[in-house]
Amino acid sequence: MSAPAPSLYSEEAVARAKRLGLRLGRANLEVFADTLLEIATPDHNVLAVTSDSRGSGKLKPFGDALPRQIVEVGIAEQNLIGVSAGLASAGKTVFAVSPACFLATRSLEQIKNDVCYSDMPVTLVGISAGVSYGALGSTHHSLHDFAALRAIHNVTVVAPADNREAQTAVRWAAHHDRPVYLRFGKAPLYDLASAPAPNDPRDASLLRQGDDVAFIATGETVIHCLLAADRLAEQGVETTVLSVPCVKPLDETAILAACRGCRAVVTAEEHSVHGGLGDAVAALLLGSGVTPVFRATAIPDEDTYTGSQADIFRRYGLSMEGLADRASRALDAAGVAL
Amino acid sequence: MTSPALSDDDLRRKSVAYRRDLLRIIKHAGAGHTGGSLSCIDILNVLYNRVLNVTPETARHPDRDRYVQSKGHSVEALYVVLAERGFFPPEGLDTLCCGGSPFVGHPTRKVPGIEMNTGGLGHGLSISVGMAMAGKLDQASYRVFTLLGDGELAEGSNWEAAMCASHYALDNLTAIIDHNTLQITGATRDVCSNAPLDEKFASFGWGVVSIDGHDLAAITEAFSGPAVTGKPTCVIANTTKGRGVSFMEGVVKWHHGVPSEAEYKSALAELDAATAGLTEARS
Repeated sequence: MSAPAPSLYSEEAVARAKRLGLRLGRANLEVFADTLLEIATPDHNVLAVTSDSRGSGKLKPFGDALPRQIVEVGIAEQNLIGVSAGLASAGKTVFAVSPACFLATRSLEQIKNDVCYSDMPVTLVGISAGVSYGALGSTHHSLHDFAALRAIHNVTVVAPADNREAQTAVRWAAHHDRPVYLRFGKAPLYDLASAPAPNDPRDASLLRQGDDVAFIATGETVIHCLLAADRLAEQGVETTVLSVPCVKPLDETAILAACRGCRAVVTAEEHSVHGGLGDAVAALLLGSGVTPVFRATAIPDEDTYTGSQADIFRRYGLSMEGLADRASRALDAAGVAL
Repeated sequence: MTSPALSDDDLRRKSVAYRRDLLRIIKHAGAGHTGGSLSCIDILNVLYNRVLNVTPETARHPDRDRYVQSKGHSVEALYVVLAERGFFPPEGLDTLCCGGSPFVGHPTRKVPGIEMNTGGLGHGLSISVGMAMAGKLDQASYRVFTLLGDGELAEGSNWEAAMCASHYALDNLTAIIDHNTLQITGATRDVCSNAPLDEKFASFGWGVVSIDGHDLAAITEAFSGPAVTGKPTCVIANTTKGRGVSFMEGVVKWHHGVPSEAEYKSALAELDAATAGLTEARS
């Protein structure tokens, strides 16, 4: 449908990634599809349920290899989730796959009642999440899914930041006996580290440690924080970078440990500024008596700018340059001379 | 297990007892969906006493038959039948809607025997499609039944599920429509007509049968197997809202009306008379 996304990274960002030894991987969506195939091949009880979304979910190879393990319900997201709950109640390991924009809105009541309230172990997979669809516009953006799902009891909300976290999250969800929401974009991502991600996606990963400013970020914005930290280091700024794949429940211990002692905290997420990671971290810090200068970086509450994912990220400061600038200003507000 | 030895008269006596019980718990709780519970109680009676292959002991067995009450607001009917069938001690029903009680005002899995939490309308059919699909995938012999209100059919999700059920040829699935023709605002034909219901389901690829939803023998026959092999079955059960209590029958306000003390006594007197009539007929 849409053209390949322009790079999310400036030339400087690419150079820094190279210098840091970061590997440019694939889209998390592709890693999801491959990992699901790997899990489902030896286990006929693992099912992918889709709403005319096997192509956009990169599940064509899955469907070709395991035709009895892919259930197509057509363009019917409410039915997608109800059927998934029914399958799960009968012992199936269900991955319900649909564009995040539709999944977390059109089928929200089914998610709330049939999956979460009824405690059915369905893994909800929001594909092409956030602003992955770029210029297709707000109908196709999911900037509300964290907020909507955080307010629903009994669902773990996970936005992997790279291929390592994506693979871990899919494997973990397949064996988790409660509802899970996974969110995947379709742009290629740098791996944040060479070491494997934690086996449990509810655990945050400390990627860098410093005591001036802390970036607390989730999903596909984490890499930009990591590159910003490298840029800030050249100005003598010591930066912590914490990747928080799990927006709910929060790894409170890791977040508090990362923020305590820092003069400023900057959160980053590909989501509305309302109801996502920024709000969750702010509430945690304030409730814990940790009160650095705090800046949430997210999509503002406005008619979203038209453009590719890269255009939108740059517009709203979710780029290396934007996040470094945001951190500098936050430190300035904290009285730290740069 | 079902009780094949029960005669139609045995079941009629149970229906009267169920009606007494559900009125009692609604009166006690001061809340409930009286009219719709009275309209569907004969259906539940046949399901749990003659059709469903499920007992308290097999309530989690993989091969059990499944029942999902999509019209969750008529939960009082389901609770009294499950209690009488031994899924939980009947004393629990006195806590309906009380603080901390598992007996919520819509079905929840906190109560033994309940398959799925329902209450938001337009959910049960999709869930049942998933259960029936799993049965087909596993080549299991269990059947899936779901009960929908006729007003509930205005929810578009039902028609997504209806298309899906016929696409997958789920002849192990039976959707029962409690066609009592009334909803909270008034007559369904005036609120948003769903007529012709039989033609709608038939055009969606279902086998359709229409029955008197208070005729225990007709209900039994309709639930005996798929109406058409290879198709899901829709049983349109023509019922009367408030059935069994003359001053509640066909009166919209009893959708969720709670009887006063005098109304309750009057209703019980009618039901006692019905019981006496059945006893006389037997003797």
